[in-house]
Amino acid sequence: MQKTGAQILVDSLLAEGVDTIFGYPGGVVLPIYDVLYDSEIRHILTRHEQGAAHAADGYARASGKPGVCLATSGPGATNLVTGIANAYMDSIPMVAITGQVATPLLGRDSFQEADITGITLPITKHNFLVKDPKDIARTVREAFYIATSGRPGPVLIDMPKDVSSDMAEHADPGPVQLPGYSVNQEPDPEQLARAVRAIEESERPVIYAGGGVVSGGAHGELLELAEMLLMPVATTLMGLGGFPGNHPLSVGMLGMHGSKYANYAINECDLLIGVGVRFDDRVTSKLEEFAPGAIIMHIDIDPAEIGKNVGVDIPLVGDVRLTLRKMIERLKPRVASQWRDKIAVWKKEHPFEFVENGRIKPQEVIREICNVTKGNARITTEVGQHQMWAAQYYTFTRPRTFISSGGLGTMGFGFPAAIGVQVACSDETVIDIAGDGSIQMNIQELATAVHYNLPVKIAIMNNGFLGMVRQWQELFYNRRYSYTELDNPDFVKLAEAYGAVGIRVTKKSEVRPALEEAMAVAKPVVLDFPIEREENVYPMVPPGEPIHKMLG
Amino acid sequence: MLRHTLAVLVENSPGVLARVAGLFSRRGYNIDSLAVGRTESPDVSRMTIVVDGDERVLEQVTKQLHKLVDVIKINDITVDEYVDRELVLIKVNADPAQRGEVMQIADVFRARIVDLGRRTLTLECTGNDGKINAFEESLRPYGIKELVRTGKIAMLRGTKYTGYQDNGTKEEI
Ligand SMILES: Cc1ncc(C[n+]2csc(CCOP(=O)(O)OP(=O)(O)O)c2C)c(N)n1
Repeated sequence: MQKTGAQILVDSLLAEGVDTIFGYPGGVVLPIYDVLYDSEIRHILTRHEQGAAHAADGYARASGKPGVCLATSGPGATNLVTGIANAYMDSIPMVAITGQVATPLLGRDSFQEADITGITLPITKHNFLVKDPKDIARTVREAFYIATSGRPGPVLIDMPKDVSSDMAEHADPGPVQLPGYSVNQEPDPEQLARAVRAIEESERPVIYAGGGVVSGGAHGELLELAEMLLMPVATTLMGLGGFPGNHPLSVGMLGMHGSKYANYAINECDLLIGVGVRFDDRVTSKLEEFAPGAIIMHIDIDPAEIGKNVGVDIPLVGDVRLTLRKMIERLKPRVASQWRDKIAVWKKEHPFEFVENGRIKPQEVIREICNVTKGNARITTEVGQHQMWAAQYYTFTRPRTFISSGGLGTMGFGFPAAIGVQVACSDETVIDIAGDGSIQMNIQELATAVHYNLPVKIAIMNNGFLGMVRQWQELFYNRRYSYTELDNPDFVKLAEAYGAVGIRVTKKSEVRPALEEAMAVAKPVVLDFPIEREENVYPMVPPGEPIHKMLG
Repeated sequence: MLRHTLAVLVENSPGVLARVAGLFSRRGYNIDSLAVGRTESPDVSRMTIVVDGDERVLEQVTKQLHKLVDVIKINDITVDEYVDRELVLIKVNADPAQRGEVMQIADVFRARIVDLGRRTLTLECTGNDGKINAFEESLRPYGIKELVRTGKIAMLRGTKYTGYQDNGTKEEI
């Protein structure tokens, strides 16, 4: 049957199981919007395309399904770029669809033309420019396959206007055929045997778990393996929730703002098992002194990650879950471990600490958020000090409950992401832990949250500063606070102007009641917590230092 | 620093060259030369890429290239026996008095004269890069006005091959 390209596109999206699109219309995507008008797909109109991309990203992180966003050509497409780059850095499955000027106008600097496939080349797993409506169905299938298989990532489909309005036959494209694309699922048996031997022979093993555990659904296997061998588990920012933070074997986050005990454990381990991680510089700091005495084992689905930053002794390329399962089958449980006991002592001796002085402390606010929600909320964050405090002081026990921009560190991510999370998890409490700087990067999405009745809560740690930058200026630039002080709007009035609820907390004693009140309201709520202005995030590994040398 | 010659089969689709070249520049790898053209199969192109770098760099180059969806196959043929060729066109100063000398040099290198100006000769020469370099050096004293090289293309010797319909005679790296 003949259909328009737009109809084929929407039908193909439905065939991939898409139920929600986050988008923003414009001239060249009108054929698509016209089809969406009658479609079962729910379209969420954000107020900025960056919001749409982050919302799709949040939706994907919470649900495990690919997030879909849609924008018009030119400025619409370029507004998606930060969101796409963010998803790329954190390996989030996403399909971004952009309108493009009609094919005869391509390459002529036509109105609202941008070479978005060229622009997104380095920040997508793959991208397509569709030049014929006959190719749409196959392209959509390939795009979803590439976005979700192997190491997930964003894929962009650029659709010229004539391609979406012209008619073509919609034939099922059949199975994906991509000769240049293959995914290694099974680890090499010899390396697996070496890995098992290394674990058996190790006395001081540590697991270093990352986002790959969460995206690979390997949290159950990780827990089983750790308990079986009494191995302490440190996670990256992306790995939070991949291992229960309240488990006795958990040493929390490692790296620049990780726990002291996690960093000590890494420094003294004799075997480091990296699971779905990429040895990011925020984790390793000074590379030459990272886990200096350890045999390094690395499990990852992406072969290019092995040996990219550190030399790996035992590489295991494969699906994280499958690989851990095979290890569990081959290993024998341990009954005692002095190493675990030693770490338990460190854990007691060096907890996360801050000085209480009667004023509102961000660490306390976050602890209260954890108490009030019983640790069951989905937390998103912006980027800055508040993000690190959220990672340190909220206890994440389930995967996909901590949603934060790790690789790109994108201010403005948390709130639109929270919108996507709330769409994916309509019955759950979703809270964006924000800074006063970050929240203003995508504050316009309050209109989206209000319009769609998405009762997202925003907790602003309001210090009147671009806090994390100020902290660096304090520590490394002699307290010269160059352009980091903020004059903020009245966040309560701002919330109200958008039709949301605003609550200001002025005293410590009001923190808990305010949080309880916010949770009870079935509306978006902005909570303004004026916190201690020059509070710092500790511990901190100064840039360039080995990770066991921490400030604070 | 070692020079490696990679035979890279890619899908003959738009943007592949940009993807490959972009990958090299973005990740800071050094391309020494890159030559692209179609193969026996019209859907498949072959790039011969010469890269500078130690084993670690080469491993990353290969792995990152593999991640590109359009890259079908990569072979490092450096350690195998292979034939390689490059074509150079050189326009050199050659007054009537010097023509004979230049033509003699051309003879030695089995180069051909492909164009003749009033004061210049344009020569074509093929060979491996050692030969091409020597040829270039021999002509330099006369004054090279213009020079263009294609970059290296290479193929394994004998029955081994790295084409698309590989039956396993050469292991993929
Ligand atoms: C888009 C973007 N621009 C700039 C930065 C650099 N940056 C990192 S943290 C930070 C300050 C964040 O301030 P705020 O949101 O108020 O959070 P706080 O650190 O005070 O908790 C800045 C500017 C960034 N990460 N992202």
